[in-house]
Amino acid sequence: MIPVSWFLALSGLLFALGAAAFLIKKDLLVMFLAVEVMLNAANLAFVAFARARGLLEGQVAVFFVITVAAAEAAVGLAIILLVFRRRKTVKADELDILKG
Amino acid sequence: MAVLIFFFLSALCLAGVLGMILSRNPAYSALWLVPSFASLGGLFGLLDAPFIGVVQVIIYAGAVMVLFLFVLMMIPLRPEAPRRGRRVFLSLSVLLAAGLAVLIFLSLSASFGAGPAAAPEGFGGPKEIGRLLFRDFLYPFEITSLVIMAALVGAIVLAKKRDRS
Repeated sequence: MIPVSWFLALSGLLFALGAAAFLIKKDLLVMFLAVEVMLNAANLAFVAFARARGLLEGQVAVFFVITVAAAEAAVGLAIILLVFRRRKTVKADELDILKG
Repeated sequence: MAVLIFFFLSALCLAGVLGMILSRNPAYSALWLVPSFASLGGLFGLLDAPFIGVVQVIIYAGAVMVLFLFVLMMIPLRPEAPRRGRRVFLSLSVLLAAGLAVLIFLSLSASFGAGPAAAPEGFGGPKEIGRLLFRDFLYPFEITSLVIMAALVGAIVLAKKRDRS
């Protein structure tokens, strides 16, 4: 039997990598992918704790997270598409019209 | 055997995320994440969550990533050009992520000693999850369908081409 702590460590590592990717990447789409990685890391922690406690509620929470993430991906990608159509770029550095 | 599978899947997962960070082309970044999310589904299976694992593979590795790839193909791709003054920012973000990892490990270390509890029969199967979803979590479940409906309409309204005449 694999210790649950290994899964927790993996989820912490995944979350940190996702945060690093969010900070490093300059493309709106890839930054959005990094957010998805962080969501998945949280999901892994949820399932690991559900296993550790023997409670199914954690898995149900992951189910809701996945469905809401799918909805969020649809809306977020539509917004990115709209930004591209208006500004002809999806680089976060070039979207600076709010700069004074 | 299970330990071997765990190490294989977690290595695949971490390699996918690293490949996503290191590749300059956004399309390759998205493709790198597909094996990563699929291996996460396998890890859920190892944690006695077969239903959630299958949902993960179908929705994340399948539907969401295909959506990303479709949008990527609508946007003309330019590989990221290396820019001056990025080195300081890069090292700062790596430092920040490392600090975050240390913080997460510290806060999780309190739960590291907990061994897995004895799982009851059928733990994590579709039958048990469905019973929980349609009994204890019925209202959240129905509200989720409203959320998806709103997201669908919102996405169509946002992405629709408006004629300016």
